[in-house]
Amino acid sequence: MTAAIAQNGPAAAKVAGPSANSSSSTLARHRQELGTFAVTLPFFAYTACFLLAPTVIVVIGAFQTRDGGFTLANFNKLFEPNTLSAFVTSILVSIASSVIGTVVGGLASYALVIGAKPNGLMRRLVSAISSVLAQFGGVMLAFAFIATIGINGIGTMLIKTLTGFTVNPNWLSSLPGLVTVYCYFQIPLMIIIFLPAVDSIRPQWREACESLGGNTFQYWTRVALPILAPRFISAFLLLFASAFSAYATAAALFSQRSILVPLMIQGAMRNEMDPNQQGFAQVLAFAMIIVVAIVMLLSHAVEKRAGRWQ
Amino acid sequence: MNETSATVATVAAKSAMAGETGTKPPQLRAARIRKQSIIKFVILFITLAFLFVPLIAMLVFTLRHPLSGRWSAAPWIAIFTGNGESLGADLTVLWQGIGTSLALCAVTVVIMLLLMVPTMVIVHIRSKALERAIEWVATLPLTIPAIVLVVGLGPIYRWLSADVLSTNPIWLCFAYVILVMPFAFRAIAVGLNSIDVKTLVEASRSLGASWPKVFFRVIIPNLWQSILSASFISIAVVLGEYTVASLLGRMNLQVALYQLGQSNSQISTAMSLLALLFGVVLLVALDLISDAMRKTREGK
Amino acid sequence: MTLDSTTATSAPVSPAAEEEAFKNDPTATLEGVRGKDVTKAAKALLKDSAKRGGGSIQMQDVVKIYPGSTKRALDDFNLDIKPGEMVVLLGGSGCGKSTALRSLAGLEDIQGGRIMVGGQDVTGVPVNKREMAMVFQAYSLFPHMTALENVEFGLEVRGVSKEERRKIAMEQLDLVGLADQAKKYTQQMSGGQQQRVALARALAVKPRVLLLDEPLSALDAKVRVQLRDQIRRIQLSTGTTTVFVTHDQEEALAVADRIGVMNNGKIEQIAAPQDLYQRPATEYVATFIGLTNRLPGASNGEEAVVFGQRMPLLAGSAAGDAVAVLVRPENLALSLPGQHDSNIGEHARVEVIHFLGSLVRVDTVITSGEFQRWNKGEQLKVTVQLPANELPAGLAAGDEVIVTPRPVAALAC
Repeated sequence: MTAAIAQNGPAAAKVAGPSANSSSSTLARHRQELGTFAVTLPFFAYTACFLLAPTVIVVIGAFQTRDGGFTLANFNKLFEPNTLSAFVTSILVSIASSVIGTVVGGLASYALVIGAKPNGLMRRLVSAISSVLAQFGGVMLAFAFIATIGINGIGTMLIKTLTGFTVNPNWLSSLPGLVTVYCYFQIPLMIIIFLPAVDSIRPQWREACESLGGNTFQYWTRVALPILAPRFISAFLLLFASAFSAYATAAALFSQRSILVPLMIQGAMRNEMDPNQQGFAQVLAFAMIIVVAIVMLLSHAVEKRAGRWQ
Repeated sequence: MNETSATVATVAAKSAMAGETGTKPPQLRAARIRKQSIIKFVILFITLAFLFVPLIAMLVFTLRHPLSGRWSAAPWIAIFTGNGESLGADLTVLWQGIGTSLALCAVTVVIMLLLMVPTMVIVHIRSKALERAIEWVATLPLTIPAIVLVVGLGPIYRWLSADVLSTNPIWLCFAYVILVMPFAFRAIAVGLNSIDVKTLVEASRSLGASWPKVFFRVIIPNLWQSILSASFISIAVVLGEYTVASLLGRMNLQVALYQLGQSNSQISTAMSLLALLFGVVLLVALDLISDAMRKTREGK
Repeated sequence: MTLDSTTATSAPVSPAAEEEAFKNDPTATLEGVRGKDVTKAAKALLKDSAKRGGGSIQMQDVVKIYPGSTKRALDDFNLDIKPGEMVVLLGGSGCGKSTALRSLAGLEDIQGGRIMVGGQDVTGVPVNKREMAMVFQAYSLFPHMTALENVEFGLEVRGVSKEERRKIAMEQLDLVGLADQAKKYTQQMSGGQQQRVALARALAVKPRVLLLDEPLSALDAKVRVQLRDQIRRIQLSTGTTTVFVTHDQEEALAVADRIGVMNNGKIEQIAAPQDLYQRPATEYVATFIGLTNRLPGASNGEEAVVFGQRMPLLAGSAAGDAVAVLVRPENLALSLPGQHDSNIGEHARVEVIHFLGSLVRVDTVITSGEFQRWNKGEQLKVTVQLPANELPAGLAAGDEVIVTPRPVAALAC
């Protein structure tokens, strides 16, 4: 009801004339602002409880001693060889799977869009499958790879029958294995992120380029790729963030080995009562926030740069 | 005279020769389209092969007993009859997980819609600054990984389950609303930006409609498609969620699948395949529904 | 061939000579000139531009069938354009006008016939080697480049040095009046400005042929008129052979040396605007351009009698006792029954009177029942246009008048 009054306020003021009624119109404006804010209150309260509070708890926990005092000592564990190697593995896996994901997924989006009907069946099916694999896979993707190339996997058996070669059962937790598994959600993720970008490429650009004397190579190097570059880079960064924060698939594949940062957090949470592990989960989580935040800032910077002409 | 003219001349000579033999003029564009479609086919084939091989392996894995090598549909029969005794598996944990996850879907979608839709509509009409703030907050969970959130949610949930609520896994919905928020926000924002909410509101207010009437009779029907899309995406996210549930020690579909996978990997693989299929069907259905809605609207 | 675009690249015209060419440009004196004078000046320029260059175009028996269709989008299409000429292809949607332009550009394969530019067969030459430049309907500017970079693009792919191409590009932007917008990106410019940049970009490569594919149809009316005049001025000054495709007859009449009216993949008639209006060759052309009345008459192929009036007929007219004679509204006279002293003309009732400033258009319905039979039971409606001061005083809707054709050559069909 306040909203309704507020809505009528300025209109009435306008009719009465700005000079005569300026004080009441400011009042109405304030009331309107207050009304708007009141409606958004539940949203902000909720996110404060379940988004802001946990984040603050993580940040505070990272700097807290057992009895609540301030300390930087928790961060010492960050530089232990185990932790460092988990970070290196996490970052390497994320970079490698993001590179493959952006390139393959980018090519696939191009193949789905160029010269195809805008709402073709192929495209719909591939985007639906991609959404499922990219965003809701988790544990189920782990099962897919266990079924393919685990100890009793179909692929493992086939390779053994055909070539006599036994696939190392630990291959999935090796760097190439992890990258393969991660690509399984990175490529679909790239497809759903990048399809709209490829959609925005207008056929007129190619025709204009050709009619001005440009060949296919010049079209790609001077027109299409520079136009796509900012979206491509920001997609790469998003893929990196997604790989870096992925937990479920890795956890389901090898829950006992803390070779990635998220798995290490899991271990630290399980052992929270251990005095040696004081604040360790929080420190790791804090470090993850920092890494992802840097990536997101980079992504914003790229988008802002492209914003000059977008 | 120069290079380009020379090219023109030689190509012209060639086409003149072609003309003598009575063939069609050279089909340069068609040739390029053919070349393009070969490249497209190769790219798509390789990509889809990579995506489908593990899925097919899953299917074969469920049908062929890994140790004995015997083929049977036992895992599927177990799932559809609800009786896993023939395979020595206890499926109660699976049913429990599915039940929890479905309930979580419903509750999460309801809270998400109540929280997001009115707020986003009002802010869209009234305040650009607040709208940007809400966008920032709602997409923040993309920057704060679930695994990080869980570290902070641990103490909150410990307090909630001990002093306020219970350890019932349904209370995971509070965390899940945060997880689905970025997806839901984008879906609803697309809808809001595609209709002129401001004019709609002014028009219906000028016709004498009250605010609740404007909201439920004018805005919601126009946002129907986005609301549906936000709900479907949220359902898919909740069904696939593992991180928060497992680290907070609550049971849901994915945790159940994981536990079952330790004892009977065939049944859990079959169930995973079903869940993935359900996700695809859900999204294709969403696609078709929104397409049909667009068509009826344009048809009018 | 003198204005082969490559002269600008491998053997650039000295800047001084080029500036001279622009200075001596008769366009400067063309500004503000309207109507017949423009045509006269244009003809004078045409001779001049033949010297400067601009390729001739011959499209001979061109056949275009789109994949998956059996319909001929171009059906033995023929077009012959002189160097420096501006030809407009005019027609409704789906008539094949854009297909003709795109086939000429090389953006579509043709299934038969051949295309010659400047005397060379370019049928099998790829788009980027045809030395033409095209301006599209909209959205063809590269969004990641500034206006200047866009104009430079064609020169850049030809390997022109940086200073050289910057200089040429600035000149072209200046020509379209956008020198001060050189650093702006596409998104920061209005639709009209974008199309001017697209025009400058096309002209910068000194094309043998300039192709304009409905370049104005995405703009609002006022900008459309300004820009079409600008295009015509620049085209006359550069002497570039130009093919302009549009569905807007007013636009076509305003800019063309000749207009080709297209229908079903063919040119029905190609002629200077005035000829096209006054001496249409087919019923389609007569009805597509301007307003026309279909009046019942009897014809012997050379002369017709309409409403008792004898009228000369144009070549290609049909003969018969019941033909339709196509009479323009301004070739009909209107008089009041009391003042009418001859036995020719037909009684009609005034329906609506439209005042168009100095002109008046009167919609009438013939009252004699026999014409209803002729018109398949429908009322026979006739529109008359006359100078406002010739309108009988006090004429109002519902009044009875007499409509008489003037003895001006018309087409019978």
